[in-house]
Amino acid sequence: MTFLFTVSPDFAPDRLSGWYIFNTWLQKQTDSAIHLEMYNHYQQLHQAIEADKIDLIYANPYDAAMLVRNKGFLPLVKAQGQADEAIVAVHADSPAQDVADLQVNSRVAFTDDPDVRLMGMIMLEPADLDVGNIVPVLADSHVLVAKHLLKGEADAGIILAEAYDNLSGVIRKQLRVLVRSQISVIHHSLMVGPRLQARRGELRQVLLNMAADEKGGGVLAALGFSGWQAVDDEEMEFMIDLMDTLNT
Amino acid sequence: MISDMKPEDIVGDYREAELAFYDGSRRKVLYTELETPYPDGKLIVSTTTPEGVIRQVNRAFVEMSGYSEAELIGAPHNILRHPDMPAAAFKDLWETVLRGEKWQGYVKNLRKDGGYYWVKATVIPNVRGGKVVGYTSVRRKPSRTKVDECAKLYPTLR
Repeated sequence: MTFLFTVSPDFAPDRLSGWYIFNTWLQKQTDSAIHLEMYNHYQQLHQAIEADKIDLIYANPYDAAMLVRNKGFLPLVKAQGQADEAIVAVHADSPAQDVADLQVNSRVAFTDDPDVRLMGMIMLEPADLDVGNIVPVLADSHVLVAKHLLKGEADAGIILAEAYDNLSGVIRKQLRVLVRSQISVIHHSLMVGPRLQARRGELRQVLLNMAADEKGGGVLAALGFSGWQAVDDEEMEFMIDLMDTLNT
Repeated sequence: MISDMKPEDIVGDYREAELAFYDGSRRKVLYTELETPYPDGKLIVSTTTPEGVIRQVNRAFVEMSGYSEAELIGAPHNILRHPDMPAAAFKDLWETVLRGEKWQGYVKNLRKDGGYYWVKATVIPNVRGGKVVGYTSVRRKPSRTKVDECAKLYPTLR
């Protein structure tokens, strides 16, 4: 039986090969056939989840909630010391010095990444902005959100903090961050679906040993991680509760 | 039970009030007009037992409340109750979460030093295996317009 593995489409483009290397490593370690399928958009990913095609997924926190509650997925591990954060940025020349300076009907650019959008919209609330009184500018990637700001096609942009930090210095110089989230407890998780759950303990152990493995360390570096750490069921439930409270 | 607030902890001129809680307990609180602005981008997170006793707090909770983590863990969540908050708001909160639903509202919280801070609070029941094992409360930066509305409205509800 071949298992299907996928990664939330918000991964940094330069990590694409890293995920393929990771999948090869994982197949060897577990002596299992695992096919890596990358989806370009959340809509495609959600269709695959709905059709019960996925067995293993590196999921964003928003999807993790749905995977646990509706599809019976269980958490394995998360990247050590990493959390999901978002920033709200404007063009460097924007008159807005604070989120509260943004006006109703501001054009706000974001991607279809649901948790980044959620964190960003929370940070716009102090300006009395919500989905009902902004003009959304949907972009295919965080880089394109930045481009909308540079071209004056958006008044503010919501970007995954990690993606913002990885933008070139030339681009970042022309932008200004109004606010950066400091939530710390929201993170992506590698999760296992019902068909692979009998092997959850084995998979988790292989991943926890990965940093110490001769080749594993290099594979992790290709993903930009220093190692994996276990996520237990209660930690995942807590994060889901947190996402629920925020999604209001 | 929580102890009365102590004058030596208070910063600035203060007034006194005695609060009566839902569980029948009472507390003398000392409060000032000093507002601590809610920090941009942060979330205050806590979890409680089904009875409202604090089980877990994050760093932002400790910083904004002025209490140490050790003082907070095991204390009832109403350690933050400000005398300007109408009791009806908390009655509504409990009735809502006891129905298993999410509660949301704008809350003026009391700091250990007698000052206050406004939050937009959301409370949800933590359901595990079909049973409520506690509550998670998340506070975020509120809009100033909403805070100004509540500051006017709440005294009329007390």
